[in-house]
Amino acid sequence: MNLFADALAWLFSPERLTGSNTLPQLIGEHLFYTFVSVAIAALIAVPVGYVIGHTGRGREIAVRIAGGARALPSFGLILLLVLVIGVTRKPEAAFIAFVLLAIPSILAGAYSGIEALDDRVIDAARALGMTEWQILLRVEAPLGLPLLIGGLRAATLQVVATVTLAAYIDLGGLGLPIIKGLALRQFDQMLGAALVIVILALVLDGLFALIQHFVVPRGVTAGRPQEPHTASSRRSVVMGTPIEDGNG
Amino acid sequence: MWVLDNLDLIGKLTLEHLRLSIPPIVLGFVISIPLGWVAYRFRPIRGLLLSVAGILYTIPSLALFVILPPLLGISVLSELNVTVALTIYAVAIMSRAVADALASVDPDIRQSATAVGYGQWRQFWAVEFPLAGPVILAGLRVAAVSTISLVTVGILIGVESLGYLFTNGLQRRIVAEVLTGVVMTVVIALVVDYLLVVLGRVLMPWAPRKHGRSKTVRSAALQTLAGSAP
Repeated sequence: MNLFADALAWLFSPERLTGSNTLPQLIGEHLFYTFVSVAIAALIAVPVGYVIGHTGRGREIAVRIAGGARALPSFGLILLLVLVIGVTRKPEAAFIAFVLLAIPSILAGAYSGIEALDDRVIDAARALGMTEWQILLRVEAPLGLPLLIGGLRAATLQVVATVTLAAYIDLGGLGLPIIKGLALRQFDQMLGAALVIVILALVLDGLFALIQHFVVPRGVTAGRPQEPHTASSRRSVVMGTPIEDGNG
Repeated sequence: MWVLDNLDLIGKLTLEHLRLSIPPIVLGFVISIPLGWVAYRFRPIRGLLLSVAGILYTIPSLALFVILPPLLGISVLSELNVTVALTIYAVAIMSRAVADALASVDPDIRQSATAVGYGQWRQFWAVEFPLAGPVILAGLRVAAVSTISLVTVGILIGVESLGYLFTNGLQRRIVAEVLTGVVMTVVIALVVDYLLVVLGRVLMPWAPRKHGRSKTVRSAALQTLAGSAP
């Protein structure tokens, strides 16, 4: 446990607040990369996911992308994009990699949130005379929100993990002390940074869990004891589904 | 052409990659069955176990590679470190799948088994486990594919796999080398996934085929799980 004491000593040393790579700066960089990438990915994936969920068109492809993306090694993708886009434009290359890795989970969350709804709910909305846009925005989107947040949650955690690896190409973030520590054989900074990464991931996960809990529309919680999705469809958004298990 | 000149290296690293991927997948499967059963059988433990699984699954791989060694008393640079870390992820994914799968077995079937005189042990292996098979297989496939992709991160702590082509390719600025690493990793994942599907069809001829298979599985899960949010 001495190693953990060393790590804590490293973390709480006043030196973490001075110099070029302070701890708050590394945390800030990590969060910045994460949020910007997830936001860009959401701008692309949510509209596409809603169209797929509403029309049912293109869902085979979406399911394949969502399942197959898991096979893609994120570390390799970053390095590949750095080489292809140019070693001088590392942040751009890394951002593209993060966005690409965030899209599948968000896409899955967006379309499955709508698709998993009871058909009778949509029929009822149509019978009330709602237009397709009204159905999408006022019925499907609110009811699908918990699963969409679940997709954002999975994407955020995926990007947090990947930003850690991006320290290898000098991008900064909390992976930096680990990569530097490995080269210099300084275990205290590696363990200290690893602990901060874990806390960061858990806090983000917890925040998303809270949001997910609060976005369940009130009518749903009031009428029935649970939201209109099965436990298994929620699990599949967080944990993922196999590659082509798309005919459900 | 880089690939043709380095077929030996690619072959060697592919085998190495498989050698590193298989133990976590197999161990994860073996450990998850009793864990998933406990989570399914004892309600209060279910929440706790699934939360712990969720938390472990949340930890980024590079951080886990750094935190495990002092806990286990091993070197950061050891292969065992990668094996243990990836086994933890596999267990986190699969124990949940096993618990969900067992819960998806029709209660009527369970009661019939009891009525015909099956003991708990025999009922599990002869009735519940085979019927839960298709959902467990889905979890196994997710775990297998993510393990194969995560093995590459091991190169950061010196454990060689196809990930070697990433770092070496970047240092030597050879796009084809990094691309080969990415493509081969995806190919191994897809092949293993396909083999698991085939194995599932051979071992579980009772699982409904392709069309509507996941629908049956899902609606079965839906009926039993609808009231039990984790």
